[in-house]
Amino acid sequence: MPAMSTSTPITAAPTPAVPEPRSNNERQTVQRVAPTKISVQNENFFYGRTQALYDISLNIPERIVMAFIGPSGCGKSTFLRTLNRMNDIIPGTRVEGQVLIDERNIYAPGTDVVDLRRRVGMVFQKSNPFPKSIYDNVAYGLRINRLAANRSELNERVEQALKDAVLWSEVKDRLKQSALGLSGGQQQRLCIARALAVRPEVLLMDEPASALDPIATQKIEELIVELKKQYTIVIVTHNMQQAARVSDQTAFFWLGKLIEINPTERMFTNPNEKLTEDYITGRFG
Amino acid sequence: MEVHRRLDRELDSLRDRVLLLGGETETALQRAMYALIERDSATAREVLEGDDEIDRLEVEIDRLCVDMLALRQPAARDLRFVVSVAKITPILERIADHACNIARVAIDLNDEPQLKPYVDLPRMAEQASHMLRAALDAFTSGDAKTARAVIDRDDEVDDLYNHIFSDLIEMMVSDPTTTTRAARLLFVAKHIERIGDYVTDICELTVYMTEAAFIKHSN
Repeated sequence: MPAMSTSTPITAAPTPAVPEPRSNNERQTVQRVAPTKISVQNENFFYGRTQALYDISLNIPERIVMAFIGPSGCGKSTFLRTLNRMNDIIPGTRVEGQVLIDERNIYAPGTDVVDLRRRVGMVFQKSNPFPKSIYDNVAYGLRINRLAANRSELNERVEQALKDAVLWSEVKDRLKQSALGLSGGQQQRLCIARALAVRPEVLLMDEPASALDPIATQKIEELIVELKKQYTIVIVTHNMQQAARVSDQTAFFWLGKLIEINPTERMFTNPNEKLTEDYITGRFG
Repeated sequence: MEVHRRLDRELDSLRDRVLLLGGETETALQRAMYALIERDSATAREVLEGDDEIDRLEVEIDRLCVDMLALRQPAARDLRFVVSVAKITPILERIADHACNIARVAIDLNDEPQLKPYVDLPRMAEQASHMLRAALDAFTSGDAKTARAVIDRDDEVDDLYNHIFSDLIEMMVSDPTTTTRAARLLFVAKHIERIGDYVTDICELTVYMTEAAFIKHSN
């Protein structure tokens, strides 16, 4: 099991010589954006003795799309997974610092991790529907969490989740058929519906469209923009145009450090850091 | 990595085409003024004939910019560069159009006796031409400081224009037989004054390209 958090920030081990990240807090205050949903303070992360994240601090406002970009191995997916403690299942991992969701530290002793993952849902790079029917895939989380009082409510919530994932019209006549018969794009939207069914507050997406064709990708992107009206969305993507298209804020990671976080339009037209500029203009990585 | 080098090569190529267009435009302006001052209609006609090449370059650069945006999806400084090029190109083409208009005036005036020795008009044109060259240098080297300095020099062109305007109006009032020729010279002065404004636009785009700062209309 990973170590629980420490309330006092811990000085990181020797780190790569990179500039300090620019905070987005000032802009958030000035622009009166939504209240902070997720606040990460001085997070370090270790795989055994290997440090993967160095002193990460950032705020994610409610109901925005935050994109994490950076080269492979920069720590963006690792960081994403610390936001709902998905790394807990990897032996030998350790987290320092605090991850506050609605001002409560999710690494505090006594945290109900199952409830945390209900509140902070996740969609992965490769769609992973269960070898069950379309209906049962979406109903799965509702059933194990006993979130529907009766069959009628279960039906309603499955339908709503499929509608929210913009999949209902495509599958409503074949809910009892295997989910494995759906196309790749439909399977990914089914996984999103499955995550939405338990009514999370935050949706973490780890390269959700990287295996999809342009049409399916467009549907996922349109869905993301639609979903942010209700959810706080954090997306890891290697596709910088995708980050530019769907996100409100973008954070750039490099060698386990957060280099820069800024409104997306600024990030892609005039980033603060040369390192960011070199990355997004394709001059390294 | 090969893709990145290709992107850099394409950006360099785009920069080269803008420089070529800028050089052609600058030459057109200088030769149009030469045609006026030296009363050389043949040179004026050459300026008009050369405008087709300038138009062709403008279209070529336009296409290159669209291709870059569609195929390379540039970001940050690359994006600002391509956007600036796309905006500067039609400005240069318009400057060349003004040069052509000056050449047409020269052809018309060369059929008549010279109204007066030209003093301020050549100075004004030289000033605008220097500004254009400095603006293009600042653009290619990404020198926002020089670009800002060039913008300040537009006031001198405007002052010369106002001076020439007063002189020519006075001449028309005192001797109405000069009106047609004086009016044509007034057009020349106005063309040069507009060229100064266009050079200012180029410099503002250079500041945007270099610093991501919008200084247009900031006054």
